[in-house]
Amino acid sequence: MITRKQWTTVSEFLIETVIRICGISAIIFVLGIFFFVFREGAGFLFSKWEPIKFFFSTEWYPTSVSNKRYGILAIIAGTASVTVIAMTIAVPFGLGAAIFISEFCTGKLKEILKILIEFLAAIPSVVWGFIGLMVMNPLIIDIFNVPIGLTALNGGIILSLMAIPIIVSIGEDSLKAVPDSYREAAIALGITKWQMVYRVLMPAAKNGLLAAVLLGVGRAVGETMAVLLATGHAVQIPGSPLDSVRTLTATIAAELGEAPVGSDHYQVLFVIGIFLFTITFVINLTAYLIVKGIRVQKGES
Amino acid sequence: MSDEPNYSIETKDLSLFYGDFQALNKVSVNINHGKITGLIGPSGCGKTTLLRCFNRVNERFGNVTTTGEIKILSKNIYDDDVSLIQLRKSVGMVFQRPNPLPISVYENVVFGLRIHSRRKDLKKTQLDEAVEKALREVYLWDDLKDQLHVKGTTLQLEQQQKLCIARLLPLKPEVILMDEPCSALDTEATRAVEELMHGLTGKYTIVIVTHNMAQARRVSDECIFMLLGELVEHTRTEDMFLNPSHQKTADYIEGRYG
Repeated sequence: MITRKQWTTVSEFLIETVIRICGISAIIFVLGIFFFVFREGAGFLFSKWEPIKFFFSTEWYPTSVSNKRYGILAIIAGTASVTVIAMTIAVPFGLGAAIFISEFCTGKLKEILKILIEFLAAIPSVVWGFIGLMVMNPLIIDIFNVPIGLTALNGGIILSLMAIPIIVSIGEDSLKAVPDSYREAAIALGITKWQMVYRVLMPAAKNGLLAAVLLGVGRAVGETMAVLLATGHAVQIPGSPLDSVRTLTATIAAELGEAPVGSDHYQVLFVIGIFLFTITFVINLTAYLIVKGIRVQKGES
Repeated sequence: MSDEPNYSIETKDLSLFYGDFQALNKVSVNINHGKITGLIGPSGCGKTTLLRCFNRVNERFGNVTTTGEIKILSKNIYDDDVSLIQLRKSVGMVFQRPNPLPISVYENVVFGLRIHSRRKDLKKTQLDEAVEKALREVYLWDDLKDQLHVKGTTLQLEQQQKLCIARLLPLKPEVILMDEPCSALDTEATRAVEELMHGLTGKYTIVIVTHNMAQARRVSDECIFMLLGELVEHTRTEDMFLNPSHQKTADYIEGRYG
């Protein structure tokens, strides 16, 4: 008998369909999220939205009785300041750790470090926020002798800890992808370990390392709960890292529950959501294109 | 023998283990200065391992134990006070697959100078001169003088391999080790690289591992035949091919095994 049993054909077909649906679902979800966020904000976006005021005014008074104003410049500054502080810490530490794990350590230590860093990535953001609130806050008050420790610095440090695992794991992947023949060539020429890092590995892996940094930035921009707890939630353009700030994400999280559904305030929060979505989308797309660029190059050589 | 000036490399009772596996067994050999010495033998006989001992790149992966001694320019390279950096500066290596770095031709050639000198000691004119001299020595100058800023990894394989030889020259190495340098090249390119090797004799001591009997015969002045980690025979190339003194050598050369 060489004919197939009927149920084999049917089950094959069913399994294939299920797998196909699973695969396509990711696309549906992303489009769905974008659609619903956009729909909620669309009413305001197309009738009352004034882009210049929205982006360049620092006046955020969504619940004022007489004169509601929706300027998010100060909040953008909040997100930017926290992100910049986070990246100032996370980039050197993250890339340093990636280089150390990939090039300088072997065996058990390497495994342990990789597991620990993955563990760092698995800590829920509310726990990070809690650490900012209960640990960093008194520390910053003590060290800098300021009245309040819930500041851009606090949020930045917490965010850097959250971004580091991403930078490390993607950075390490891109260093691993550097052909070993480059290392061998350089070693045979008498290179020192440090020269190897900055003369061979960094140039050869620069796209991957850049992508790692960008994804870290994406993480920092998009993170909500930790910064909500750690930054002090004050709408102002920070003059120093020791000022309290409020981020775009925290604004949405804190105010959405209190804004009447369908009100201007509610819709503006969704416009902020669209703005955030666009930023993270662009960052991730850029990172993806950079990584893809690496693959294409490798294909050629 | 260390006062004998015309040996570039002398080994005495050199044994090497990868973990428990013994890859070299008491190899004692003297390699003449300024000559091309071929290392031949079947796969797994230890010839590449021996070659990679001479600049100690074997040790990269750990798990390697070496006993005995290797003297290069009369200095035992397993002494504690040996600088691997300096050793590898004077013992260059060419690999099986051309492996130029993903930087420009120019930067590939001066790479060695850059890593071995302080930045302020390197003058542009000096680097330019070094590049021209090295590329002329490997017969690449005329082809590449207008393409010095092309990435080394985008050249043809033959040019890449010549570039890999050229980048050793500015460091004025005593020894150049070649690990099957032509196995990734076609016959034309192989001929070109062999010609280049002849051009380099006298100035540098070249040790070449090859699987290609005909190549060993064409390029080398002396030949070393190895089998199962041991040195079987070391004589002038003509003698080895015309009149081998060991039966195993004769059998291998005539292709009865290997």
